[in-house]
This record gives sequence, C-alpha cells and structure tokens, in this order.
Amino acid sequence: MDFNQNYFEIFQLPVSFDLDVDQLALRYRQLQSTVHPDKFVSATDHEKRLSLQWATQINSAYDTLRAPLPRAIYLLALKDVNIEDNPQLDPMFLMEQIELREHLEDIGEQEDSEAALKSLDAFKADVDARMAGLQLEFAAHYDADAGKAEQVVYKLQFINKLRQAADHLEEKLLDY
Amino acid sequence: MALLQITEPGQAQDPHQRKRAAGIDLGTTNSLIAGVRGGVTETLADHDGSHLLPSVVRYTDAGVVVGLDAMNAAQEDPLNTIISVKRMMGRGIEDLKGLGAQLLYEFAETDGGMVRLQTIAGAVSPVEVSAEILKNLVQRGSESLAGELDGVVITVPAYFDDAQRQATRDAARLVGLNVLRLLNEPTAAAVAYGLDSALEGVIAVYDLGGGTFDISLLRLNKGVFEVVATGGDSALGGDDFDRRIAEWLVAQAGYEAELNPKQLRTLLSQARELKETLSDQERATVQVAVDDFKFSGELTRDTLNTLMADLIDQSIKACRRALRDAGETSVANVVLVGGSTRVPAVRDAVAAFFGITPLSDIDPDRVVAIGAAIQANILVGNKLEDEMLLLDVLPLSLGLETVGGLVEKVIGRNTAIPVARAQEFTTYKDGQSAMLIHVVQGERELVSDCRSLARFELRGIPPMVAGAARIEVLFQVDADGLLSVSAAEATTGVKASIEVLPSYGLNENEITDMLKASIDHARADIDLRTLTEARVDAGRVVDALESALAVDGARLLSAADIKMLQQGLVTLQAVAEGSDPQAINEGVEMLGKASEDFAALRMDAAVREAFTGQQVKALEEDF
Repeated sequence: MDFNQNYFEIFQLPVSFDLDVDQLALRYRQLQSTVHPDKFVSATDHEKRLSLQWATQINSAYDTLRAPLPRAIYLLALKDVNIEDNPQLDPMFLMEQIELREHLEDIGEQEDSEAALKSLDAFKADVDARMAGLQLEFAAHYDADAGKAEQVVYKLQFINKLRQAADHLEEKLLDY
Repeated sequence: MALLQITEPGQAQDPHQRKRAAGIDLGTTNSLIAGVRGGVTETLADHDGSHLLPSVVRYTDAGVVVGLDAMNAAQEDPLNTIISVKRMMGRGIEDLKGLGAQLLYEFAETDGGMVRLQTIAGAVSPVEVSAEILKNLVQRGSESLAGELDGVVITVPAYFDDAQRQATRDAARLVGLNVLRLLNEPTAAAVAYGLDSALEGVIAVYDLGGGTFDISLLRLNKGVFEVVATGGDSALGGDDFDRRIAEWLVAQAGYEAELNPKQLRTLLSQARELKETLSDQERATVQVAVDDFKFSGELTRDTLNTLMADLIDQSIKACRRALRDAGETSVANVVLVGGSTRVPAVRDAVAAFFGITPLSDIDPDRVVAIGAAIQANILVGNKLEDEMLLLDVLPLSLGLETVGGLVEKVIGRNTAIPVARAQEFTTYKDGQSAMLIHVVQGERELVSDCRSLARFELRGIPPMVAGAARIEVLFQVDADGLLSVSAAEATTGVKASIEVLPSYGLNENEITDMLKASIDHARADIDLRTLTEARVDAGRVVDALESALAVDGARLLSAADIKMLQQGLVTLQAVAEGSDPQAINEGVEMLGKASEDFAALRMDAAVREAFTGQQVKALEEDF
C-alpha cells in the first residue's frame, strides 16, 4: 500500500479545491467495493490486515475531501502549510465576528420561538453566503499564494463554528 | 462446542462446496436464526415449528433450560429465570439500577465491572446467559441446514456501544462460533428489503424492539448500502410500554404496598397481553389476581395511547435528529422492524412523521435475522458474484477524558468504519514515565455523562522534561465497530505498553476460564479440536492462494516467484495431512509470510483497477 499517495490520487481526481462531490462519492463506493473487509472474510490474516488498512485510508480520504474546510486544510498541508492553533486575524474580521455572535445570541433570547426561527433562517442564509464567498476566495488564492489561502482558512474556521452554533440554536428551538 | 467440518486426510476438500452460513438475531425478547435453504432465505423453526425463541434462560438443579419452557417458569421461579439479558450486556450495576424495577435479580459485581447474576447454579454473567441462547439457536441451525455452521452474522442494535458489542462477541466465542461480522440490526433489515424489492434512494429503518430503539438512515446505490446516520435509545422499547401499563394497573387497583417479584412478573405479562390485544381491538378487559393484588377493569386503546405517548415521542425525536444528521429532509421509504412496531400508535406516529406509509411486508420479528442470513451467505463466500456491500458507521462518538472531567472527542458519531484516528498527548511532569488514559463513548461533554469503555495505562515513556514527550495514541475501529487502541512515543519511537482494563467487560482470564468450563475437559477432544482447526485453516489458505495464483499469478509475479509459492502450497498440503497441529500452524504461517508481497501486489492492482473495472460494468448495465 502506497501511503505516499495523496488523497486526491487515491480517487484519481485532480488536486484542486473545486471538486466534483458526486464523482468523489461514486469513486468512494467503487474503491470500498474493492478493498472493504467484507470482501476478505475468508482471506489470510495478512490480506485482512491490508484490507483493513486500505478501507481505513479510503474512509479518511473521503471524509477529508468531501467537506470544504477539511479539504482546504488538507490542500494547504500538501504545500507544507500547517494551520496554527491561535492565528493572528484581521481586526475588522474579528469585529464582524463578534457582532454576528451577538446577533445570534439575541435571536436565541427572543421570547417568540416562531419569530426566532424565522430570524435564524435569515441568519443562516447570511452565514452560508459568507462561507461561499470565502470558499471562492480560497480557490482563487490557492495556486498562486498559499499564505493568502491560509488566512482564508482561518476565516472559514470561524464561520464554520458560527454555523455550528446556529445549528445548535436551531436544535434547541425545535426541541430536538 | 461447535466443531468445524473435518475432511479426511488425503481427501481433497472441494473449494466450491456450499458453506453453511446463518444469521442470528439475538433479541431482547425473542431470538431467531435464519439460513438459506434451496435458494430461499428464511428463519429456521424448532421441532415444534416455532421460529421465535424467547430470549429466556432458566438455571435449575438439573441444568439449563432455554426458550418457552424457561419463560413459562418465569413467574414461579423469577430469580433463576433470566429475561431481557440483552439489556445487561456490557453494563455495570449502576447502569442496571437505572433500567428500572423489572430487573429483579440478585447481582454480584466482578473485578472487570461486569455484573453477575446469582442463580441456583451459581453466579452467571450476561455473556454466559447470552451464550446459552446462542447455543440453542446454533443447534437448531445445524439441524436445519444439516451440518455444522461455517460462519454466522450476529446482529446488534446500531446504538450498542463498544462494551455491548464486545460482550456479544464474547458470548459467541464461548459457543465457539465463527462470527463473520457483527451487523447493525437496522442495516440487516434494510438488506432484507433492499434485495427483495430493489429499493433505491434514502430509506429509514425504524426499529422498536423489546428493549432498544434504533433509527438508521441508509443510502442505497447499485447494491451499496451506505449508512448515513444512526440514532436511537438503547433503553427504550416495548418493555417500557408494558411497564407503563403495569403502573396503570397498580394505580387503578389503588395498590400501595411494594410488589413482590411474582406479582411484578404477573402484572408485566398481563400488561403485555393487553398491549397485544389492543393492537387489534379498541378495548380490552383485564382481570388480575396475584397474592393480595386484585384488579378487574377495562383498558381502551385511547388510554393506552396516552400512556405511551411520550415514549413514542422520544423515538420520533430521534428520527428527526437522524434526518438532520444525514442532511436529508425526506426519505424514499420507511421500513418497520421489531415486534413493538405492531402497535398502531407507533405506526401512525411513524407514518405521520415521515409522510409515507411504512413498509412492513416482511414479518417485523423476522426481517433482521433474514437480512443477517443474506449477509452471512455472501460473507462466507457462497455468492461471489454478488456486488452487495455494506458501509456502516460508528454509532456513538469516541473520546478521551481530559482535565476537569471533560470529554475530548477523537472520532465523531456517524463516521464511516473502519476508521483510525491518532491523538497526541504530552507529559505534565519532568521525567513522567506513565500516563492514564480513559476512553469514553457518548455525545455529552462530561465524562460522567458518557459510557466508560476502558482505562489505559501507558508505561515506559522515556524520561524527558515536561511537555517534551509526544505520545501518539491510535484509535482503530474495525468493520464490526469494535475499538482497539495502541500508543507510541513519537520523538523516540518507544512503544508504550498498554494495559487494557475494560470498564464493563470480561477480561481475557475470565473468558479463558469460561471457555475451559464450557468445553469438555477430555484431553482427546481438545486435541482433536485443535487439529481440526489447524487443518481447516490450512485448507483455507491453500484454497485462497491457489485461486489467487490462477487469477493474478501470471500478470503480477515472476516465474520464479510463482514456482516458489507453488512449492509452498505442496509443502503445506503435505504437512496438513499429518497430525501435528503445531507443524500445520507453522506451515500456514510460513506460506502466509511467503505470499505477503503477492497479497500486497494484488491489493494495489485491485485499487488501481477499481474505477476501470466498474465503469465497464456500469456501461454494460446501461446497454
């Protein structure tokens, strides 16, 4: 098993942020149909081990590539750019984030949960639009300037967490 | 103890002979076994023609009784008659207290933390009780399929955590079963329906059994079953409906003293009857008289629905969450599994929530065993041409205890398995040489709200200043959903030794003791068994390598390598005809080693060709 193969190579897809997710899903199923441990139940121990390693590797690759944020982080790692735990961020962006967080809190404190859900829908749409914009920005910078792309990833991380917080609030409001 | 088939020395085993495979549904209330006979997958009946084996085990002076006879004795001998043992699998005493009053046994805790039940035959663990049920089913399977079983698939609730899965595997080990796979019950049900009616798209499997509730969403695509979300409650089921009815009876009777075990059993079985009657009728009369408890009256379906409403709601909430986890808003089909889905209020609630009429044309009590048998038949190698594949997920997040009793998630729930994740730790004191790691499973933030799976002690960390050591702990979850952990210090490469102390499991010594106790002590039997197993193993390796050489030898290996492997085959076949099991095992290992490179080459080639091969097939299908 060639562990030097990168995740894109495993699926025989071009190394790029823009990725055909349906194609990825199809190839994922094709690969698992070949290597999954269910296909090696009566094989030798060595083959079972190989099958387990491959199936595990393919699952990691699929999990990493199918969502935009881990895909972006992985693409940077391919250029030896590793994400910092406490990055320096543009103060303007941080201010904006604080405001968005406060807005989300306000929505959560509304008495009327119907109205809260309605404002939450609008909030989520806004966050999704920002996320889409950042993804375009990442794709534009990645080839030429990994440093700029790295900065975009930090912003994406913030937006992603905000989106999760919005989802949690929705679960709370809908009483999941 | 199940013996595998023996081939006489010198008599070649036909590699294409059909193998006997079975699916086992080890249920809370009833258990079943299914197999393929004459091309039809069906549940197998006992001598009296009944398919459902009540999951009840009674210990007596004269031996162990399993099934209906045990169940009929439950009221007169409640302490020695173990029912709903599945709820105790992989659980500690504290968990069981939370499960309520219907568990009325005398418990004793073992070192491993797993409970034991005091019976007239001594203390027994839930694993041993389950093994008795398995033994009974396997015997039925061997009789129906005319021979020892080559392999089985055992189903577990999707929501079972690692300790519960491990306990199930241990039970099978006590019976000497070759477990091909632990399969999630909802996935098994989807397989049973999927192959029958060629469903495509997202299907929801709503599985309400006696003691557990599971909801799974699967995406079906050209024979590939991809589990996209699971959820549920491992302590919600039809038993809870019964308990609600029993509580209602007590309230109606105005009975205030504490119920004795016999009264409780009687009330619960009365409650069960009422529930079943009300599935067909609008009202039912009831008369109970047991010791000083007396009540007669009438229960209507409306009242019953009120009694169950919040329990059913709880299950619907889990459905909503699973749908959300999967990122779906609707499903193409809903499949009903489990006897409790016969309750009209349950069906109505499910139909209302998903907005479609659920499928129930396969008996909801049998559908899981049938799906498991289909999978077993494929895994054992009887249907090589079949393209079916199941891709399952981890049902509950795995995490580690960090400072302050908080959980650090390492692998999230609904992650596709097999999966491996590494997590790095460091020391907090100069020269620290050991570290305690606590693995938990669950979605909550506090360790105390999650299930404790195991505690690992890492020893032999090389002395370094605080924070300098980098200890990488690797979590690997296999295709059965079972976890294993290994660790190494990254800067020096020193492997830290790990001691596993399963929180609610049996340790290796306990298993060995039970195995010893369960097999006949006659030396000759053990020797014969060892020899048989060694020969079967050798036969398997020879078959596999022969067919691999036939398919891929010429294109992947040099003539010299082929010759070397062929000589190895001849040597092993000769050794396997002898009667020294150790020599056979060594031969198997040697040939395995010699063919490792070939195996790796084959796997790499298969991966390279995965897309081309299937694309050709897809094209053929289109034309």
